[in-house]
Amino acid sequence: MRKRWWKILGVVMVASTIIGGLLGPVPVLPILNETIRNVYFHVPMWFTMMVLYLISLVYSIKYLNTGKREYDFMAVEAVNTGIVFCACGLMTGMLWANITWGTPWTNDPQLNGAAIATLMYLAYLVLRNALEEEQKRAKISAIYNIFAFPIMIVLIYILPKMNDSLHPGSGGNSTFGDLDMDNYMRPVFYTAVIGWILIGCWIATLRYRIRIIEDKRNSF
Amino acid sequence: MNLLEQVKTLIYKDVVLEWRSKYAINSILLYVVSTVFVCYQSFKSVDTIVWNTLFWIILLFAAINAMSRSFIQETGPRQLYYYSIVSPKAIILAKIIYNSVLMILLSSTAFIIYNLIFNSQAENLAVYCLAILLGSISFATVFTMVAGISAKAGNNSTIMAILSFPVIIPLLIVLITLSQNAVNGGSIATNWADIAVLLAINIVTIAISLLLFPYLWRD
Repeated sequence: MRKRWWKILGVVMVASTIIGGLLGPVPVLPILNETIRNVYFHVPMWFTMMVLYLISLVYSIKYLNTGKREYDFMAVEAVNTGIVFCACGLMTGMLWANITWGTPWTNDPQLNGAAIATLMYLAYLVLRNALEEEQKRAKISAIYNIFAFPIMIVLIYILPKMNDSLHPGSGGNSTFGDLDMDNYMRPVFYTAVIGWILIGCWIATLRYRIRIIEDKRNSF
Repeated sequence: MNLLEQVKTLIYKDVVLEWRSKYAINSILLYVVSTVFVCYQSFKSVDTIVWNTLFWIILLFAAINAMSRSFIQETGPRQLYYYSIVSPKAIILAKIIYNSVLMILLSSTAFIIYNLIFNSQAENLAVYCLAILLGSISFATVFTMVAGISAKAGNNSTIMAILSFPVIIPLLIVLITLSQNAVNGGSIATNWADIAVLLAINIVTIAISLLLFPYLWRD
């Protein structure tokens, strides 16, 4: 029970935001209408992805310092899970854009940045497959992971703020938090963010444990 | 020898090796010139946006081809030899500086030929040249480190491309914006933000390369 509380908390938080988010009141706004509820699902995906990539970065640094393969497993599983959340973020975003902007994909720095950042992490996974030797694979992919991280930050956080963009929070636009969310939405939104981050970490640790077990079985 | 002397010696070694064979520099220059001709044959005349973007795309592929060979010679026994006499920081610094000089040479040649064949459309030539200078250095810093990584993965050209494209895209976007402003006649003062971002990315890339290369180098 001591170690499980955060998993239960994550499930409760996500479940409560699904109910509270779909049934609760939202402000009536032009264009957005009811789709503002998507803010409970679209935005937490990206936060979770960021947290997972950050975990991966930390474990890559730890791997380079110590050379323990468990750290390498954690780094790769965090990226694997992060890519799933990134895909969910892209899909919820495309659904939303289709309704509010009229098209699922526009030539927008925020959207393109997110897509290119995904390519970077897919390249990380391909690089791992290209290397046969285990230690070499762990070391070189850790190096690429650390090298790619600041560029990802530039892509997702700095470039969209410098260019014109349709997306809220970039190109001089205000975020949803500043403008459109009322006092009912805010707590639901923060609960959703924390809940999804907990769920994301849970999935990553599960995958990590599966990998450890597989590794033990293969080594005999 | 301290770091600076090591870097100087390593750059000197690279230049001498290059000068003896002249294979790499000639082939890459020929590559650029023939690409420009192919583009000219297929496009005939272009508007300003295509003119600018096309130049950067030609430069991107030339840079990937030139830089992917960075660590081809440093394999096996020779790597062990370097490892025992110089620090890894000196090696990556020397490679970055050497590649920057190579890229500046390459891109200025490409720009001159490109301008001769397609009519020049840059209104503010000074800013455009600054963009090329910054672009050459950026390509060199990013591709040198990625070439080091892909050299460890068996010098596979596909690996080099998939690793470096996502990393270079943010730089390329800023470079194309900056040079497009130069084409439209913007001055340095109006483009400070782009120049600052380019410099910042370069400094971060060099710092990370210096930190990570010692790990990459050690086998």
